[in-house]
Parts: sequence; C-alpha cells; structure tokens
Amino acid sequence: MTPAISLLGTTALLFEAPGHCELASQQRIWALARVAERWPEVREAVPGMNNLMLVFAAPPRDLAGFEARLRAAWDGAEPLPLEGRVVELPVTYGGETGPHLQDVLDHTGLCLDELVERHTAPLYPVFALGSHPGYCYLGGMDARLATPRRAVPVLRIPGGAVSIGGAQTGVSASDGPSGWNTIGHTSIRFFDPGRSPPALLAPGDSIRFRVQAVTR
Amino acid sequence: MEVLSTPGLATVQDFGRFGSLRFGVGTAGAMDHLALAAGNLLLGNEDGAAAIEVPLFPFKARFDADNSFALTGGGCGARLGGRALLPWSVHAARAGEELLLSPAPGVPGSRAYLALPGGVDVPEVLGSRSTQLRGVFGGQCGRALQAGDKLAARGASPGLAGYGLEPPGVALPLLADGTPGVRVIPAAEYERFTEASRAAFWAGEWKITAQSDRYGYRLAGAALAFEAPVEMLSHGIVPGVIQVPPNGQPIIQMRDAQPSGGYPKFGTVIEADLWRLAQAPAGSRIRFVETDWNRALAAAEALRGWLEEVGRLCDLIRCSALGRRP
Repeated sequence: MTPAISLLGTTALLFEAPGHCELASQQRIWALARVAERWPEVREAVPGMNNLMLVFAAPPRDLAGFEARLRAAWDGAEPLPLEGRVVELPVTYGGETGPHLQDVLDHTGLCLDELVERHTAPLYPVFALGSHPGYCYLGGMDARLATPRRAVPVLRIPGGAVSIGGAQTGVSASDGPSGWNTIGHTSIRFFDPGRSPPALLAPGDSIRFRVQAVTR
Repeated sequence: MEVLSTPGLATVQDFGRFGSLRFGVGTAGAMDHLALAAGNLLLGNEDGAAAIEVPLFPFKARFDADNSFALTGGGCGARLGGRALLPWSVHAARAGEELLLSPAPGVPGSRAYLALPGGVDVPEVLGSRSTQLRGVFGGQCGRALQAGDKLAARGASPGLAGYGLEPPGVALPLLADGTPGVRVIPAAEYERFTEASRAAFWAGEWKITAQSDRYGYRLAGAALAFEAPVEMLSHGIVPGVIQVPPNGQPIIQMRDAQPSGGYPKFGTVIEADLWRLAQAPAGSRIRFVETDWNRALAAAEALRGWLEEVGRLCDLIRCSALGRRP
C-alpha cells in the first residue's frame, strides 16, 4: 500500500500514511514532520492521525517533484520514539455533562459499566494536537467504543467535555462546536498562550482517565 | 479611537497566526486578505499590519485625535462627521469626529475594513495580532470589540488623504453563468461522492445560509451523497476546505476554521478566491468553478499583480504629494 497525497487548494498538502492508525505508524509521521518542516517550501508540518499536513510557505511550482521528495522521505522515515509524561484526568461520566452517553451505549450495545471500564482502561498516547488550542488527538481507544460522529455538529460543547468521535476519544480544551459524542466531563487547563510552549501536552505524552463519578 | 456602538463580531485582524497549528491554534486572520492588504497599502503601512474587520452594521467610532484612516471592503455606507465617504479610500478625521458605518443594501460586499496608520496597536500573541475567538486571545483581549474599547494606531498619520482605488470586485470580477463564482480544487474524498452529486456540485447554485460566520459558511443546495459511508481520521485542514457532513450540505471552512477536522472533503476554494467568499453576504448565491494547481497559482499571481500595482500607485501619490521622489 502506498501513501495518499492530496491537495488542500494551494495552501497545503495532505499526506495520508497507508494502513491503520497505530503508534508505530504515528511515530513515522512525527519523523516525517521533522524532515519536511525544514524544506524551504514548507511553512509548518502539522501531524494529524496517521497523516501529515504540510502548509506551504510558497506553493512549489514543481508539484510532482515535491510529492516525489515527500514519498522518498516517508520511505526513509524510521519511527521516532517520543516518550513524555503521563497526565491523569478524573472524569464524571454521564448526566448533564454527558448528553450523548446514551447514543454511544445504543450504538456500541455496551452497558454503562462496560463503557466506563473500557474507557478508563488504556493509557492514551497523544498522537497529535489539533481542532482547537491545546486539544489532543489520542490513540489507543478500545475499538468496541467506536461511534460515528454526529450527523449534525453540535454548536457548543463546553471545555472539559470528554467525547468519542469515530475510533477516537478526546477532551475539549475550550468551549466550541463539535461533531463528537460527549460522554462525560473533566477539568484541566490544556492551553495558555503566554506559556512556551503554549500547549500543556505534546505528541509522545499520555493521558489516563480515572472515574470520578458515574451519573446514571 | 473609541468604539461607540457595534452590533457585535467586529474584530482586530491581520493576515493571521502562522506556526502554531501544531498546538491546535487555527490561523484566524482577516476574512478578506485583499481588502486588508489594500487598506495597508493605501496608508503605506507594513504588509501585515492589523486592521478592524466590521461584518455587522451600524458600527460607530470616534477619533480622539486628528488622524487618517483607510476604509476598504464593502457592505456598508460610511459617514465621517456627517459627510459621506468614498469606499476604498484614505480619509482624514479630526479629533472628536464620529465615523458611522451603516447598512447599505445595494453596496456590494459584506465586510468593511478600517485600517489605521501603522496598524491597530494590540499586543502580538504567538506572532500575530489577530483575534483568536475560540482560544480567547489576540486582538482586543481575545474577543470582539465592544462599545467603550479604545484602539490606538501604531504609527503616525501620513498627513495625506483623499485618494482611493478601484475595488477589486470591479478590477478582478469572476462570474459563472451570471452568479459570483469561486474556484475549487477537488480534494481527497472527491471521487467518493456519487457521480450525480459531483455533477450537481459544479452545476448548481449554492445559497450561503444565515448560519455562516468567520468559522465557516454553511451552504444550502442539492444534498451531496457518498457512494458509501465515509468515516475518517482527523487531519489538518485549511480555510477554504469544503467539508460535507453526513447531511450532505457542504460547509466551507473560513478563517476561524479549526486547524483539523474529520469530515470528508469535496474540494478546497483556492486561497486566491477566499476574499470573494468573504464579501459574499449571507442569503446570496454562489457557484463553484473547477480549477487545478497551475491555474490556481496563476490566480494567486493575478492578485499579487493587482496588489503590486496598487502599492506602486499609492507610493506615487504619497511621494508626489509630499514632494519626494518615489
């Protein structure tokens, strides 16, 4: 299988690695980002989940040549093992702060206790940041919890919302719109523009969810 | 100057915040880069100076000292101390005079830009003065302007006013079958839409709904259908990306867009046409025109050419008025 490369207008290019989103592949994405961000055409290399967006400083005239260089860099990219710190987050599941919990239970066919147990079991590595300031995309969710994004995005989800979208889980870092299913709530400050770096967590750090309460 | 009244959503914006996407920080920045750039050229400001973006009217402000300013963009009528102002021009205000931007049906565009000499003086945060509404930082305290806000100019008045330029909507028109057009490069999931949906996308008119803002424009038209359900991993996106959620109604990401998303992408409105979208009012209709990499680069080149010409003419005017050689 070969990577897919596609255009985001003339602003950026999206590189999608073949295969599943797992830590070893994500570590190659981190390695590719380190290489590509040094290229003069690239303003910023932004890891996603098993993919990498390259934002152009100046769009290359020779697009085919640029894509060939990117494919070669991927072929030569060895997994970059980043091991950061572990942050534990107490979560209140369900109730008013978990308005879509029932939708996830309905879709997965799990009971509430099973859901909470499966959601708190893994150590979730931070794969990438995105969505909004300080937000972490996490790997490692139990595949049984996967639930499609909502048909119509919700216009306002509060900061601290713990949610599931597709095969991923995460915590909103501030109030805003979201297409994910909110199952609970936690409290932590993920982002401070006055800090350097401004984000609390970086790729290679990990999150563990701990049960604070379950509202039935 | 002091803001006297605003219905909301007026913000301080420059070209946007670059280099922090990997922290989850979207670029923000002026919806209409061309109007911002033109305002700065009119005043002789540096390229990336910050201005005030005004999307809702009436907007009223008072100058507390003699100063000049440039007004670009559209969607409003303008009066200074009761005198009607020409759009896309430099004007001189006296201390105490009030600037009123009021609704003006029939005036093309939907956003006005108020540029001050040297740019609006707000602190740089992560390399930009743009307002990050979601992150609540940048611009004026990370929020939209409110009555009572006082904004200073970073530079001295150039002491020259009364000149302007032809609006880019006139100089660089783009119509598709008589409807305002924007050019689109197909994106990764383009082929995963049904053939009928792809045809309908290019053939149809799309209404910009009232649920459209700096984050995104929600469009209404023929529902776009996938060959098979598409569930995707989160990936980087940019302003201009046309996402299609399962309800089939496209959303064009605008300047306050998230830096990443997970909905399938039909295509991307090219950067060189985002200013056209920025000035397309809610309720109006647009058409999409298919383009490719080379033609999109040529479109960007055409914009650069227009801006260079504007800059050259503004320099000539300033130099001849002030008795200097260009």
